[in-house]
Amino acid sequence: MGLLEVKGVGKRFGGLQALGDVNLSVQENTVHAIIGPNGAGKSTLLNCFVGKLIPDTGSVMFNGQSVLGRTPFEINQMGISRVFQTPEIFGDLNVMENMMIPCFAKRDGAFRLHAFETVENEKDLVEKAEQMLIDVNMIDKRHMNAASMSRGDKRRLEMAMCLVQDPKLLLLDEPTAGMARADTNNTIDLLKEIKEKRDITMAIIEHDMHVVFSLAERITVLAQGTPLVEDTPENIKGHPKVQEAYLGEAH
Amino acid sequence: MLGLSKKDTKFLFIVIALTAATPILLQPFPEGSAMSQFNAGYPDLMQRFAIFGIFAIGFNILFGLTGYLSFGHAAFLGVGSYSAVWMFKLLSMNVLPGIILAIIVSGLFALVIGYVSLRRSGIYFSILTLAFAQMSFNLAYSVLTPITNGETGLQVTLNDPRILGQQVAANGNVPPTNFFGLEMGSSLKIPVGGWEFTFNAGYYFCAVIAILAFYLSLRIFRSPFGLMLRAIKTNQTRLNYTGLNSRPYTLAAFVISGMYAGLAGGLLASMDPLAGAERMQWTASGEVVLMTILGGVGTMMGPILGAGFIKYFENIFSKINENVLHQWFSFLPDGLEGFVIWVAEHFVGSGWHLTSGVLFMMVVIFLPGGLVEGGQRIGKKLKRKKSDGDGDDAEHHPKQSPHVAE
Amino acid sequence: MDAIILQILNGLDKGSAYALIALGLTLIFGTLGVVNFAHGALFMIGAFCAVTMQRILTLSYETIDATKTDFLGNALKVKTPYVESWFGPEMGASIIDWAVPLAILFSIPIMLLVGYVMERGLIKHFYKRPHADQILVTFGLAIVLQELIKHYYGANPIPTGAPDAFKGSFDFGTLLGFDPNTVIYPYWRMVYFAFAAVIIGAVFAFLQFTTFGMVVRAGMADRETVGLLGINIDKRFTIMFGLAAAVAGLAGVMYAPINSPNYHMGMDFLVLSFVVVVVGGMGSLPGAVLAGFMLGILESFASMNWIKDIVPGIDQIIIYLVAIIILLTRPRGLMGRKGVMED
Repeated sequence: MGLLEVKGVGKRFGGLQALGDVNLSVQENTVHAIIGPNGAGKSTLLNCFVGKLIPDTGSVMFNGQSVLGRTPFEINQMGISRVFQTPEIFGDLNVMENMMIPCFAKRDGAFRLHAFETVENEKDLVEKAEQMLIDVNMIDKRHMNAASMSRGDKRRLEMAMCLVQDPKLLLLDEPTAGMARADTNNTIDLLKEIKEKRDITMAIIEHDMHVVFSLAERITVLAQGTPLVEDTPENIKGHPKVQEAYLGEAH
Repeated sequence: MLGLSKKDTKFLFIVIALTAATPILLQPFPEGSAMSQFNAGYPDLMQRFAIFGIFAIGFNILFGLTGYLSFGHAAFLGVGSYSAVWMFKLLSMNVLPGIILAIIVSGLFALVIGYVSLRRSGIYFSILTLAFAQMSFNLAYSVLTPITNGETGLQVTLNDPRILGQQVAANGNVPPTNFFGLEMGSSLKIPVGGWEFTFNAGYYFCAVIAILAFYLSLRIFRSPFGLMLRAIKTNQTRLNYTGLNSRPYTLAAFVISGMYAGLAGGLLASMDPLAGAERMQWTASGEVVLMTILGGVGTMMGPILGAGFIKYFENIFSKINENVLHQWFSFLPDGLEGFVIWVAEHFVGSGWHLTSGVLFMMVVIFLPGGLVEGGQRIGKKLKRKKSDGDGDDAEHHPKQSPHVAE
Repeated sequence: MDAIILQILNGLDKGSAYALIALGLTLIFGTLGVVNFAHGALFMIGAFCAVTMQRILTLSYETIDATKTDFLGNALKVKTPYVESWFGPEMGASIIDWAVPLAILFSIPIMLLVGYVMERGLIKHFYKRPHADQILVTFGLAIVLQELIKHYYGANPIPTGAPDAFKGSFDFGTLLGFDPNTVIYPYWRMVYFAFAAVIIGAVFAFLQFTTFGMVVRAGMADRETVGLLGINIDKRFTIMFGLAAAVAGLAGVMYAPINSPNYHMGMDFLVLSFVVVVVGGMGSLPGAVLAGFMLGILESFASMNWIKDIVPGIDQIIIYLVAIIILLTRPRGLMGRKGVMED
């Protein structure tokens, strides 16, 4: 059984069937990419995983528990962290403060009235956050205001914030969207590095094939709200149905 | 020390020293001199500095940290005052039970209002809090008259039971408010040369509480809880996807700031044992907003500076009348003098509200960071050489961010 | 039944005022994206236009009438308004009598000017600032305007009468077959309601049938796209703001005989009008109008004695209560659109 089990998920917006009957299984310690042309329902599917949307039919089980009906913070507490298409970070805070927040969330849960402790005194967490910053080569920017950083650094910071929580599953929503080639390659390297250094399961939504084939171990191709195929990258590359879906779209 | 960093401890001690010396510092001009009207070392005024300082510090915990702009905080001030006066009526004139009840009742009240209002954010939140405050104000004037005594306001009388204390003082009056015998109204006057300094028990009582309140808010600012509140202001979406539930955090901040307001209300009643509904009006809520933004939203010192500034100039401006203006501008040629006085007249005396309105606009337009930022700008200009050495002091450079979360 | 009709009628005039102010608030919010806390002050300025008109028309000179003496035997001074000496006593008197309707003409250019100055001088600089800043700066402006009025007109309400022709009341009761004097309704309030209906109709027609209105509606729906089309939105925004100011001002002028103008009436109405806007749905014009009338009528029902006996004080809080319930159950208000001030 996979870490994330999606069974028969369907979602309709008014007259539009955004997701038909999606079945998907993300195995532990794999990088699983979900690809498909624009409007295939990739983002809708992802939003069903994280509590932003509730599908009309089907079930989404994570680690044996259903995530449906839970709020985003509850789902995060279960062990799913999410990276957004445009980096969502705490712009008014500095890098170190950005890192401390997920550390507290991981240790203290969704709410704790720790009004009489001091952030700096949490030595364990500070150390953990600093180590993470070292891992992503951002330790020298620790005092920098997060909003003033480059987009690439923001992305890096956001990933670090997710990783410092040691998530069981890391969801990436088009992590390279709108990036220049060089930045894209950096991101790929960063993700590869992460993958080598720790045991982590990742699900990536992407439509940049270069990114997908550099990272993924399993690929699900989504078209018009239903999965066409699920296979290894090698097999997907030559798959006629996939070609059709993409080429058909291109016309 | 005290769980604070070195810098903050120094900061706290400066505040303590300043509050302790206030009766002297605010009396810079000798009695009877032309400038003595600018003195502010009167017990009544100094008490207001401390009390409204507390109110603004509390408001800043909500608005400064989370960015939720409440337009109904005066309701908690009013509730605090009513609770305290009821304690004076029922229990005794000792201020302690009154203040404790004020904090508890306003805290509960804030819990209810916050629970409902915080389901929305942005402008909806502002309007909800405004609606609640206006509702409380209207009710205090009408149906709740048995509790609030309507337009007359709630007062202590000779007939009150006061089961734990004196019902009637030896002189036949209502006994004065006191702190275990220390009368709030008692003062020690020390003439030094041409000066006269008044050390008032009530002021020092308020000052001690204000310092405690300040210390508490300092701790909150530096705590993980404070960090979460600032995170809410910046990006609620990220916070939720980081596994944190923003609602209890904002609610806690709302209740804490409501309790600060209640404490301020209780203290107001302790200094002068009466409570009226006008304390709950939206203008009063607007005043605390003004104090906070004038001083500097989200800064430690800002609200205190703002409260002091507003209360000081309210006092000074209200005192100035046409005669005073004539004295000041008599050196100008007649026509010009007439014109200057005509302009100035709008802003003094009962025109203080106009002045505060103009001030309100000026601050928002030209100095969104308030006095603290203004001071920093001047400081930076004075020593340009200093590079970015103050990077660890992020909340001193608050960036006004729209509070429209996802 | 007659009591119900009476309350509905009673609610209409206040409802009209709410609707007109809320309409302007929504226009400004929808097009300019600005939360204008000074909108109530515009309503107040309108009401004081009526007061000013009355004062101008009654400007008088004094003459000594030797034929009459006061009780001390001195010759009596008689004040004669200039208009009476210019147009003859009868004509003059009726001009004075019609001060409030005349003030409409007088107020339109004034309100447009006030709106123009406000938008160009202040609001313009706040389009890109956060909503909190907009609220704060317009709140400050509202205080300034209200204090200026207080400075020049004093703190007391100034009675401003309707023309004599509208002073009586209309007996709806007899018309509808009830007993006489059960459903009576002052003529002026009927005028006010009709006036409000005309203004609201005019605004909607303007938005519906003119090119300008079309652009404004498009701008309300999707501001960026309209900007991309190369349409000069800025200029239209200024006009829009002037228009909203004029609507609020006219609402104020005509309201003067119903409620004697005082300096804080703007804020009193603003708080309620904001509640109206929120209930109607931020950014929805029909919502604002609907909610305005609805809340006006609800308020009037809540002030019925038997209802007050059951729930004491309900008349004081009904509007806020409704607003709170609506906001919690229908977060977008009655007719709010998705994406407008969502949170």
